[in-house]
Amino acid sequence: MVVETTIRRDEKRREARRRETSIVRRLALVRIVALVAVLAGLNYIVWRWLASVNWESWWIAVPLVLAETYSFIDSLLFAIGAWRLRERHDAPTMRRQATVDVLVTTYNEPLDLVMDTARAAKAIRYPHETWILDDGDRPELRALAEAEGIGVVTRSEAWRDRPRHAKAGNLNNALMVTEGEFLLILDADQIPSPDILDRTLGWFEDEKVALVQTPQWFVNVPPSDPLGSQAPLFYGPIQQSKDGWNAAFFCGSNAILRREALMQLGVSRYVGEVTLAVNRGVRSSRRVLARARRDFGSDPRVAAALDAVSTALDDLRTGIARGDALADLTYSFQQRIQAVRRELSDQDIADVRAELAALAEITGDPASLAAIDETTLDALGDRHLSPLAAVESVSMLVDSFDVGREEEAQAVMPLATISVTEDMATSMRLHGLGWRSVYHDEVLAKGLAPEDLPTMLTQRLRWAQGTMQVMFRENPLLQKSLGWGQRIMYFGTMWSYLAGFAAVVYVAAPILNLSFGVMPVQAFSLDFFARFIPFFLVNQLLFIVVANGRPTWRGAQYSLALFPVWIRAVTSAFDNVYRGRSLAFSVTPKTRSLENRPRWDLVRPQLFVMAALVASLVIVAIRFIAGQADGIAPFVNIAWVLYDLAVFSIIIRAVLYSASDHEPKGF
Amino acid sequence: MLQVDIDSRDGATVVAPRGRLTMVSARSFRETVTDKIARTGGSVVVVDLSATEFIDSSGLGALVACLKTARQSGGDLRLAAPTEQVTMVLGLTNLDRVLRPRATVDEALRD
Repeated sequence: MVVETTIRRDEKRREARRRETSIVRRLALVRIVALVAVLAGLNYIVWRWLASVNWESWWIAVPLVLAETYSFIDSLLFAIGAWRLRERHDAPTMRRQATVDVLVTTYNEPLDLVMDTARAAKAIRYPHETWILDDGDRPELRALAEAEGIGVVTRSEAWRDRPRHAKAGNLNNALMVTEGEFLLILDADQIPSPDILDRTLGWFEDEKVALVQTPQWFVNVPPSDPLGSQAPLFYGPIQQSKDGWNAAFFCGSNAILRREALMQLGVSRYVGEVTLAVNRGVRSSRRVLARARRDFGSDPRVAAALDAVSTALDDLRTGIARGDALADLTYSFQQRIQAVRRELSDQDIADVRAELAALAEITGDPASLAAIDETTLDALGDRHLSPLAAVESVSMLVDSFDVGREEEAQAVMPLATISVTEDMATSMRLHGLGWRSVYHDEVLAKGLAPEDLPTMLTQRLRWAQGTMQVMFRENPLLQKSLGWGQRIMYFGTMWSYLAGFAAVVYVAAPILNLSFGVMPVQAFSLDFFARFIPFFLVNQLLFIVVANGRPTWRGAQYSLALFPVWIRAVTSAFDNVYRGRSLAFSVTPKTRSLENRPRWDLVRPQLFVMAALVASLVIVAIRFIAGQADGIAPFVNIAWVLYDLAVFSIIIRAVLYSASDHEPKGF
Repeated sequence: MLQVDIDSRDGATVVAPRGRLTMVSARSFRETVTDKIARTGGSVVVVDLSATEFIDSSGLGALVACLKTARQSGGDLRLAAPTEQVTMVLGLTNLDRVLRPRATVDEALRD
């Protein structure tokens, strides 16, 4: 017996050593290729800017060189990530018993689907408690779940008439009523493997690890994956690259989080938000006061009241500057305003009741902390404020920025609510607090991917919009609490979503050349090929080496072919963040299940592009015959058009693809 | 484990969590205190932390939730007499910028 185990242990050790060697070898190869790729890229892009732009056709030449610079930076970011590619294998052994809550999030998914996941969650071997977080608050689901001993959490009363913050809100609500040390988060369709916790909890032996993310993998997808649902490169080398820089990020499901880290994040965010809000409240109040003084300063009784408010505000400001505790400052400020209010006679109250109602309409429901700002105040200014209303509005402004965060259901919101994709923002903030993350590259849950084009498009748009919201609201490059590697890794993901703009140029340039002979570069000379071909080839090679046998073509196709989605994501997120417009989620008409008709209308821009690409081939043939086209340029551009067509061809397949006969299978 | 003593003094409520205020006990602590606030309404609550051996971020979260409830009902919540560990955690999360503990319960009651 003893001999046997020794042999097995030896084998294990040898196996581990073999793995170690292969990891080291692979990383060495990746680094060499990455370095060469970056040098070849520099060699090309510098030459492009300095010596090859055809300024006569600057209107296409400049966009093209910009698009190419975009792609160069993209490959640079990829190479920087790959430099630290981190392949982890088994987690260390967990040496103590931990408490775990498994949380299955749902809103409106079919009951049997949710229950399948919940049952699988309950069957996870490691001791844990299972909860369904039902944001739809469905009594039938509660009955089903409770019959099987599975807990159900729904929103508490505090959320009524307050911003719900979708899934982030759902999880924040559940954090307040569960108490496990760790939280495994699962989307309603992600069937977990029974050993998911045994395989991953060990990473938390490192006390600074806050997050372990595992891949999302889909069962209802054929090997050809026409909708590009699997993300083998992302859930693999890309997350491993980020992991190497301690920037592997949270993807919303199939991840384990440390409660202490989340709560610490929630509490420190709370402090930040309150500080911001009180300062904003003070600023706004001063403006209201100034206005009231202008309008009523002549009435001595009012002037006295306004002076009192003004002094209270000054004291509040001094207190903030001195670093006094905000709870105390705001409390005593409120008390003083109360006193001022009492001194003004009751007769005013009737006069202003109507105004206050209007005021409450404006200030009562701030969708976010930023809601009461200059715009609101300008709206206030348009009204004729009576003296008491002026005092009252100061108090209301400060009220709504109070330390109680009256406008939110919970004062502490651990999961970020600044984006429709709460996951990435949350992990970025956790990294900012100094926590670590782990990417565990083993499929431990199997889910369902969108089954048709409309659903897929909606999902991609949402992800892209969420990522762009984070970029505009909390640009990683500006986060001082992150290391440079982390900033670059987070930014890299955002950068990749800007591909839509480059894609437009990449189809327009060859079409223009073939159709009208427009030259965006000075010449397709030997110089061009000598610089472009190494750049192109070495980058492809880097891709292949990093992908290590995983398919990459589908991802490459969609990063260009979904250009209208990416562009819309950027513009709508921009409007949302800077102009306060709603993201206007595209409501996907769920007609497919009824009619099963291909939705060509959803990909009109792509069809138009494909038609233009084909037309340019026809036109260049005519121009050849007419003797208008010669030299090497048309051939380069024909090759380019053929590449574009190969890329866009996936759109046709996607439209024609419909509900699969691939029955979902769990573990 | 956590034991929560509640008593009334000078028209205010003094809450004393004894033991470990952590993710395990945070919820029941929060519920106990918010219940009490709902019943007394608008008064001052002082949390006496002198016997709180250990607090984690969930415990802090519970304190913040109690502050919110107290303010909503027109009252206030103050911290008093924190142990060294509590002081450290308050500083670590910057929560002391919002809630600054008083040295003693009496001092907290006086303000």
